[in-house]
Amino acid sequence: MGNYYQPEIECASREQIRAWQDERLVKQVRHVYENVPYYRALMEKKGVTPEDIRSVDDLHKLPFLTKADLRDAYPYGLLAKPLSDCVRIQSTSGTTGRRVVAFYTQHDLDLWEECCARALVAAGGTKDDVVQVCYGYGLFTGGPGLNGGSHKLGSLTLPMSSGNTDRQIQFMCDLGSTILCCTPSYAAYLAESICERGLRDQIRLKAGIFGAEAWSEEMRQDIQDKLGIKAYDIYGLTEISGPGVSFECSAQTGMHINEDHFIAEIIDPETGEVLPDGEKGELVFTSITKEAFPLLRYRTRDICILSHEKCSCGRTHVKMTKPMGRSDDMLIVKGVNVFPSQIETVLLNKGYPANYQIIVTRVNNSDQLDVEVEMTPEMFSDTVKDISNREKELVEALKSMLGIYAHVKLVSPKTIARSEGKAVRIIDKRKLY
Amino acid sequence: MTVKQISVFLENKPGRLSGLTKVLRENQIDMRALSIAETPDFGILRLIVDDSYKTACVLKEAGYICSITPVLAAEVPDEAGGLDSILEILGNNGINLEYTYAFITRKAGVAYMVFRVEDNEKAVDVLAANRVHLICQEDLSEL
Repeated sequence: MGNYYQPEIECASREQIRAWQDERLVKQVRHVYENVPYYRALMEKKGVTPEDIRSVDDLHKLPFLTKADLRDAYPYGLLAKPLSDCVRIQSTSGTTGRRVVAFYTQHDLDLWEECCARALVAAGGTKDDVVQVCYGYGLFTGGPGLNGGSHKLGSLTLPMSSGNTDRQIQFMCDLGSTILCCTPSYAAYLAESICERGLRDQIRLKAGIFGAEAWSEEMRQDIQDKLGIKAYDIYGLTEISGPGVSFECSAQTGMHINEDHFIAEIIDPETGEVLPDGEKGELVFTSITKEAFPLLRYRTRDICILSHEKCSCGRTHVKMTKPMGRSDDMLIVKGVNVFPSQIETVLLNKGYPANYQIIVTRVNNSDQLDVEVEMTPEMFSDTVKDISNREKELVEALKSMLGIYAHVKLVSPKTIARSEGKAVRIIDKRKLY
Repeated sequence: MTVKQISVFLENKPGRLSGLTKVLRENQIDMRALSIAETPDFGILRLIVDDSYKTACVLKEAGYICSITPVLAAEVPDEAGGLDSILEILGNNGINLEYTYAFITRKAGVAYMVFRVEDNEKAVDVLAANRVHLICQEDLSEL
């Protein structure tokens, strides 16, 4: 079989994994209780003390953390280590414009990068590979995560970042990239561009690791056929570390969660009750090894199913399905988290009424975000120039809030569909789930 | 010396203009001139009518977003070079046109040009000094 980065961990017995989890959880709860007053208050409110948590069986006693907690505690409220021990931050968008900021010590970066290295090896990566990373670098975790994983593995890393397709393809051909890391939509776009230019026999790719957004089985097939590679899914979130929280193996039947670092639970999003194995619900993560930003029972809002069935790859860690939806209204567009409330904030700040609709489509495998805004007498002018200027202002404000371009479309008043008096905010025309 | 143009927001979709003309028809409003500025998503309809106040009222009541814009309407001799002479005067005096469109009436020998400029007063003075005849809102019903 092979293809393990840390076989003693990835193929450990269930008893061993459980023993690690028990020991690490107990230690982590104490660490958080003693160093994070915000979470300590939540525990006290629930009447739970660190002594109550003796093993994973007691996990359900702990209070949940949500994105709203991250907002309330911004920026340092959930930090469990002195800032002087931290070496990095990464960030992602929050619910109402306030970003989520996650802190890392060197230990935290190492474990995150190890998780990414496991994903690369599962996709057939070795130190002889050339890994082309075209996820965005910077605050976004995609680029730094896979970049770090590739370093750990000792592969030659091409830190391309996103965009500039001509250069991506040229490097891919000239330097013989063998593993491609990017969003699935960008992979599909690259595949198309490569075929169009007749460069299919110039590339040496063998595998791709594609995550940060939802993609269908058809899309996987399309990318695999066009590039002649095997396409692997990867999952993660900044709050928990970044990509590599779970990753696909050669079986391509779900993503193995790195259970030596993260304990996964599935809950009923309505009641918060833990659901048995095999049931569909909201994914909750507890970080048991991270030092600086160790979230306990963090609600991801991603809906999926866990499976402990034995995997043909030999790994023993639990598998999760691709997220099958969200239990909140967050959208992932071009790999970026978008909340309707962010768009609302921009509109209200600019003096527009909050009558808007978000329409997401996928054109040529690339996401497109349209925001329809109802025209108002104040916004109207008899010249195109004036209206276009206001439109541009809005586009720029949205870009700075969301980090991606949104096309603003002005529509007649009272044309945005309302159901039971409430406007339908999101129309997602992509068939992702 | 201005004419009151009605400007209306219209989405660029089938049937939108017809919806508006239906409202005008039901209210017995006769148009003198019409022009549309279009963008990929929307258009701005510009109308000249006899009773601009009534028109604005019925359109607002029907849910349209509209405004009244004072514009200049100049009489242009219906002959080669007629428009050029007027534009030359505006250009020589540094007056920029935001937009312009033409209409005719039953009156023979002349056409009318609507001019939307930044500074109406200045344009009126310049045109009057050069003996260009401008019509006002009241004149419209007699044309």
